[in-house]
Amino acid sequence: MRRSIVASPAAWLVWGTVIVFFVFLTGIIGSVVVNSFGLRWFDSWLPEAYTTDWYGQAWDEFTLLPVLTVTLIVCLLVAGISVLVGVPAAYVLARRRFPGSRFLYLLFLLPILMPPITYGIPLATVLYKYGLAGHLSGVVLANLVPSIPFVILTMTPFIEQIDPAVERAARMCGARTRHVFYRILAPLLVPGILASVILVVVRTVGMFELTFLTAGPDSQTLVVALFYSMSAAGIRAQQSVDAMAVIYCVMMLTLLVVALRFVNPTQLVARVKEDPE
Amino acid sequence: MTATTVAIRHRLAERGVDRQMLLLVPATVFVVALFVYPFAYGIAVSLQPAEGGLLAAYQAFFADAYQRDTIGTTLAIALPAALLNVVASVPIAYRMRGRFRGKRLLTTILVVPITLGTVLTAEGLLNFLGPAGWFNRFLVTTGLTDAPVRLTNNYWGVFFSLVITGFPFAFLLVLSYLSGIDPSLERAAATLGAGWRQRFFRITLPLLAPGLATTFCLTFVLAFSVFPSAILVGDPSGSTRVISIAAYEAAYVRYDYAGASAAAIIMGAVELVVIAIVLGLRGLLYTGSTAGGKG
Repeated sequence: MRRSIVASPAAWLVWGTVIVFFVFLTGIIGSVVVNSFGLRWFDSWLPEAYTTDWYGQAWDEFTLLPVLTVTLIVCLLVAGISVLVGVPAAYVLARRRFPGSRFLYLLFLLPILMPPITYGIPLATVLYKYGLAGHLSGVVLANLVPSIPFVILTMTPFIEQIDPAVERAARMCGARTRHVFYRILAPLLVPGILASVILVVVRTVGMFELTFLTAGPDSQTLVVALFYSMSAAGIRAQQSVDAMAVIYCVMMLTLLVVALRFVNPTQLVARVKEDPE
Repeated sequence: MTATTVAIRHRLAERGVDRQMLLLVPATVFVVALFVYPFAYGIAVSLQPAEGGLLAAYQAFFADAYQRDTIGTTLAIALPAALLNVVASVPIAYRMRGRFRGKRLLTTILVVPITLGTVLTAEGLLNFLGPAGWFNRFLVTTGLTDAPVRLTNNYWGVFFSLVITGFPFAFLLVLSYLSGIDPSLERAAATLGAGWRQRFFRITLPLLAPGLATTFCLTFVLAFSVFPSAILVGDPSGSTRVISIAAYEAAYVRYDYAGASAAAIIMGAVELVVIAIVLGLRGLLYTGSTAGGKG
């Protein structure tokens, strides 16, 4: 199409909105980063002096090493279990039409469509009843609720792409279902599985509500610890809270960079496919 | 194996049921045990309050204005935020759907606030929009206002936090829907003499509308479950006391599990009603292929 050199007013408006949004975004992240390095910062554009002490302080005060370990363990367990459980289910849902398959699909869609708080509170009550909440196991179980459906939803299109003729050929050669899975499907699905593992990890690190409702004092993930230190503002120096926020930020951005090597940015967002037909 | 079991297996296999279905079992068990059962348990708990009859917890929720108003508060935050996010992303996505340099970079930067989540956004907003933050400093220095504008610890703080995390989400979804619409449809309309206004309102928008409805639903779910930001940048005991705070307080401050489950279930019900209305309206729209071509 024809492009004029001088942008129209509408274009100015659109780009202006985008620029304002980015200014806000930089301001939000930038002010946290600058504050975490600032020594004294009261009534000026930038702090008077800079220091890295807040990081050491945050590391000790908020006992970040155990918190990071917990975060890592929770993520790995959640990602591992949800792939092991979700991929076979995604396979059947992608390949089969059977009575009740649409109902089952809807059942797997619901945990993603509901706000975590609505099912998180009853879930936490049940987990407390069985003595699972307050420990790592409760946090992992709670985080599995949206993760398994998420793996199923992201894996279904990947599996649909694989030509069923490949599987049939393997079966002709005498492979059993197990062999078809390990020798044929798994190697073809590696990119898809990697993508969904990373997306699950990103979501689990950022998942606040479910972890918040089920975590005990020694099973907090980073985002929950950050929330607690923020809502107890005034006890700790704002800068060391910000230092912790920067650590969280760096962790998330690293994950994001890794994720973007495997997935398209829109995939991080488009969680629900249009009608499953 | 007897002849009858073989016959049954054959008949089931004809309808698509065979042993491979066992692969569905673990996932179904997880979802039933961790989602359906707790939900049913929550409903049961909400119907067995410590005192009063079957629906006492619900009656208590609706009788107490402090609790009842949380529904309105939540909708007053979530609906405008979701609507703004969707409406603002349409023209921006429309302009950016083609190829241009730096598009991947732009989409990457837009994913950042989604990944960072509401807790970090809240911390940043407190710093950036606070009374001594850069934004107010800019307003005062340029003389736009005399005194710092109060933008945190009230409705606007929560609203901004929902826009910062929700807008990129809505934008990327709308962009992916728009990229699915064949540009040759618009070119055909242009050949027939349609101006951009006609092309947009009569070709693109009708094809995009179902996608917009879905986007609105997903953005609304995100905005409706606002919890951390309502506490951190909002005014959790006043103007931004959303329903999730009411549910949380009932469960973890008052240990009133019946009340908490009732609040959680009311929250889910209100959300599903809004989604059902939007999806019902969406059912009235054209939802066929947007790929164009022959036929």
